[in-house]
Amino acid sequence: MTLRHGDKAAYSGQAFARETWIVFSRQLRIALRNPAWVIIGLIQPILYLALFGPLLEPLASSFGAENAYTIFVPGLLVQLGIFGALFAGFGLVAEWRAGVIEAERVTPASRTALLLGRILRDVLQLLVQGIVLIALGYAFGLRASVGGMLFGLLLTLLLGASCAAGSNALALITKSEDVMAPLINSIALPILLLSGILLPMTLAPQWLQTLSDFVPIKHIVDAIRAAFVGDFGEPILWGTIWSVVIFVVLMWVATRTFRKENA
Amino acid sequence: MIHARGLARSFTTKKGREKTEVKAVDGVDIDIENGEIVGFLGPNGAGKTTTLRMLTTLLKPTAGSATVAGFDVATQAEQVRRSIGYVSQSGSTLPEALAGEEVVDHGRLYGISKERATARGRELFDQLDLDGLRVEPTTGLDPQARANLWEHISALRTDRGATIFLTTHYLDEADALCDRILVIDRGAIVASDTPEALKQSVSGDLVELVLTDAVAVSRAATALAGLVAGSTADVDGLTVSMRVPHAGRELAGLLRTLDRENIALDSIEVRRPTLDDVFLTVTGRSLREEAA
Repeated sequence: MTLRHGDKAAYSGQAFARETWIVFSRQLRIALRNPAWVIIGLIQPILYLALFGPLLEPLASSFGAENAYTIFVPGLLVQLGIFGALFAGFGLVAEWRAGVIEAERVTPASRTALLLGRILRDVLQLLVQGIVLIALGYAFGLRASVGGMLFGLLLTLLLGASCAAGSNALALITKSEDVMAPLINSIALPILLLSGILLPMTLAPQWLQTLSDFVPIKHIVDAIRAAFVGDFGEPILWGTIWSVVIFVVLMWVATRTFRKENA
Repeated sequence: MIHARGLARSFTTKKGREKTEVKAVDGVDIDIENGEIVGFLGPNGAGKTTTLRMLTTLLKPTAGSATVAGFDVATQAEQVRRSIGYVSQSGSTLPEALAGEEVVDHGRLYGISKERATARGRELFDQLDLDGLRVEPTTGLDPQARANLWEHISALRTDRGATIFLTTHYLDEADALCDRILVIDRGAIVASDTPEALKQSVSGDLVELVLTDAVAVSRAATALAGLVAGSTADVDGLTVSMRVPHAGRELAGLLRTLDRENIALDSIEVRRPTLDDVFLTVTGRSLREEAA
């Protein structure tokens, strides 16, 4: 088979997309066969929305918001994106233990496709959860710009993909749930507290606000909140930049981990 | 088809601050020709899996080299992967997955179209007498299915010219199926020959006499030892045993001697050496104990 350089690149691009699709549909099929995780992932934000949302309603004016849910729903979206995806790696540890990863790595399929197909499953799951969350928020009284909500969802998906990539890389490096669980918790808890997911950081004393400025996720939460109220200004710019930077870095790390032999 | 020279892999293990280098595979040479079926045996931890992982490009050798189907495992990994299939002993699927779907997906990852992968999958499941394409893969194989599987492996060679390198704990199957057996122990190949020649090398058949009377034990042991110059028979209660090359040729003479000495026998048994005896001789351990 003689291929000119351009043909070869086109061919491998096509093969890569195909392999990613095969891995993605296999992952999706297996996830749907046991949808407990999807359901648990959905119930959590619903509980927050139903049991915590009403507490915020009378406080809305103190954040300078007309509608409490334009503050609250973006926070829950990010929470969903971070927590749901950070635990994606646990599935990978189980697959590794069952020999699935090894079996796939012996095929000529691109190792990056093996990673990407899995991340896409998590992104799809997050998309469905995000839509349900926004729709439910609407039922509770959320009123926001449609374009803004779509943009906010997009940033959430980008963040979710990054976290899924990071989690998968961590899974392949540690190969142990026992090591992963405390690691993820110790990363996720400070992020949760310092990025104003449940309450905006504007309520915090100055030192805490300054501290939270160093947490990239806080800027992403701010950007999604700004998008929801249709304010396409500076917060959106910073949030988008941080989302892309985190995505590029974590995808790079995860791709490297998947391509490394013996991982 | 598979050629390895001085193939080695060592791992560094940390125990506190102390780093120790463990040589999992310590420079093995392997030559497997096109169309051969070669069994790869060894106790747990002997280096079987590490060797296979290197040959299948899952692990880079720390020294030495290997080619599979003419491609270097270290520098031409993708071409090697395109040329081989690998079935792991530890399984390769989740309990939630269905065998048929897994087979089709796996075929597709090798670049086969969905239609062709499905058709080949069906063909395969028919050959193996597995029902339809929705079999739970974790269900263990019954003896019939196992027999079908071995027949299938054998047919891979005859019909498709495949070269097969396999590890197993079922020695009788390795014996029946393999042209050649490699035994690895402590990271080094300790035996390599046809099953027949390996069994011959275990200096012969085991002759076991069970006597009726303890008084005659020492005389029986002397008679048995007389068959092979400079040897001694093992005595255990009323049982006297020893390995004798070509026991069939010696048996008549032995019985005449025992008769002449008025030694009464409760039973006599001659056992051809098995691969397990080979295993015990070259590694000092029994594979049966390992598997149990």
